[in-house]
Amino acid sequence: MSGRITRDEAAHVARLARLRFSDEELDELAAQLSAVLDHAADVEALDVTDIAPTSHPHPLVNVTRADEVRPSLDRDEVLAQAPSVDDGQFRVPPILGEAP
Amino acid sequence: MSPAVPGREPAVPEDWELVVGLEVHVELSTATKLFCGCANRFGDEPNTNVCPVCLGLPGSLPVANAAAVDFAMRLGRALGCEVRGAVFARKNYFYPDMPKDYQISQYDQPTNTDGRLELPDGHTVGIERAHIEEDTGKTTHIGGGGRIHDADYALVDYNRAGVPLVEIVSRPDIRTAEQARAYVRELRAILLAIGVSDARMEEGSMRVDANVSVRPAGADELRTRCEIKNLSSLRALGRAIVYEAQRHVDLWCGGERPRQETRHWDEANGRTTPGRSKEDADDYRYFQDPDLVPLAPAAETVAAIDAALPPLPAARRADLAADGGGAVSAEDAALLVERGQDGLVRAAMAAGADPGVAATRVANDLAVDDWSPVTPEGLAALVAMETSGRLTATQSKQVLAEMAEGGGFPDAIAERRGFQAMARDDLAAVVDQVISENAEAWSRFCGGDEVERKKLAGFLTGQVMRATRGQADGAAVNRLLGERAGS
Repeated sequence: MSGRITRDEAAHVARLARLRFSDEELDELAAQLSAVLDHAADVEALDVTDIAPTSHPHPLVNVTRADEVRPSLDRDEVLAQAPSVDDGQFRVPPILGEAP
Repeated sequence: MSPAVPGREPAVPEDWELVVGLEVHVELSTATKLFCGCANRFGDEPNTNVCPVCLGLPGSLPVANAAAVDFAMRLGRALGCEVRGAVFARKNYFYPDMPKDYQISQYDQPTNTDGRLELPDGHTVGIERAHIEEDTGKTTHIGGGGRIHDADYALVDYNRAGVPLVEIVSRPDIRTAEQARAYVRELRAILLAIGVSDARMEEGSMRVDANVSVRPAGADELRTRCEIKNLSSLRALGRAIVYEAQRHVDLWCGGERPRQETRHWDEANGRTTPGRSKEDADDYRYFQDPDLVPLAPAAETVAAIDAALPPLPAARRADLAADGGGAVSAEDAALLVERGQDGLVRAAMAAGADPGVAATRVANDLAVDDWSPVTPEGLAALVAMETSGRLTATQSKQVLAEMAEGGGFPDAIAERRGFQAMARDDLAAVVDQVISENAEAWSRFCGGDEVERKKLAGFLTGQVMRATRGQADGAAVNRLLGERAGS
């Protein structure tokens, strides 16, 4: 392993993903993530001078739909799947801070 | 005429310079959302315009709305941007306003880049980018006296989640609070002219964030900026910029430095308060959305958009000024174009109306949502009645108001209301009558200084107005009073 990812970086990514790990787990994940990056870095060995950057595996662009209204879901059906509902809306725990 | 707002005074002391960039979010007025066929409609019952795509249900797939893409490119071209191939990216964060836990936006390859917006005063503000993204749902915090941090719980309505937005990011080229307001007004006028948004700040279909910093006058550097949110009116925008700039100057002068952070404008207390610190929150791990393919507008597509663009506000102001032959004030021209009344006024001018009077009468007295009953011919006839002295300015305003309500042609309205300008001799007789009935006021008028004279002129004119039941022309009364006082 090459140490591309430190334990602190692994901890940072875990925090952003709202995941909690022990120090041992973070070390293990840092090594695994580094290996994944090493694998991706193999591409650097290739000469890609004449290859355009690929943003998508499909050779498609401009896939759009017409601006026509289609039926939405039934609200009762939608809300029936929520753990908590109030006044036609999803009820969620108090949120700390404002939206990003 | 610009709205009465504070902030015309310099925001910072003379040896400092204000540096402002604006980020404006605009909801596009498409029929459906950006990536699904749910209706894009403000004010519906909560969670009635939702489907698996905008609820982020597993297995659902987004497909871009052709009209939203077209509207965004139209706006880009109206702002002089380069329209390029673009890629949708996921902005990852956890907050219940987006059920997918990411917002689909554009990141390193936005649809529009490198444009400019010219303000009515000639100052040009650069546009860094104008990218497409989806709006978020609406969260309402319940309990805790409405304060986010003390709330007991929150309710979420996803009707707005997925509504198409364009975020227009300016360069930090704005130097005064007035320019910031002018920028938003001009952007709004452009949005209305090209028909891509109703751009209502009060309904949230146009939302403005301001990046504010200061620097010593003459410096080139960009110092630490704060992003001000919660600016729901032009007035709030101006006040917040002035407040924040002064706060920065005070900090620098006291040997401190502002912290880079998001701050909230507190309208009630007239100040900004700290929000989230930028350093730890802005890690959105953008990556290209694998569910969406790139946008690659053909050159012909962009050319067709250019060809179909209507005349833009700057050109319309210039046309109005040219037709008016210098008689239309810049303020009136800006306001008329902003309200879309320049066509009516120009047509009235073509029908023979005095340009200055026509522009001023409409700018000042036709501030209504629907003025369609007012025809160019009717307006020209009204202006002619006013300039020939058949109607006083006050009467003319009343007649115009009735015309806007579908009252018909101005001469018929004036006759119905019994409006007729008084013959000069009749008016002179009333003035003499008022002078003799108010001898003491009259002598004080004749012998008073300028202030006294002005006060008493108001009183005497009021008496004449009462005696004529408002049919006298105020300016004519003033002239007669002056003549009789021998000056």
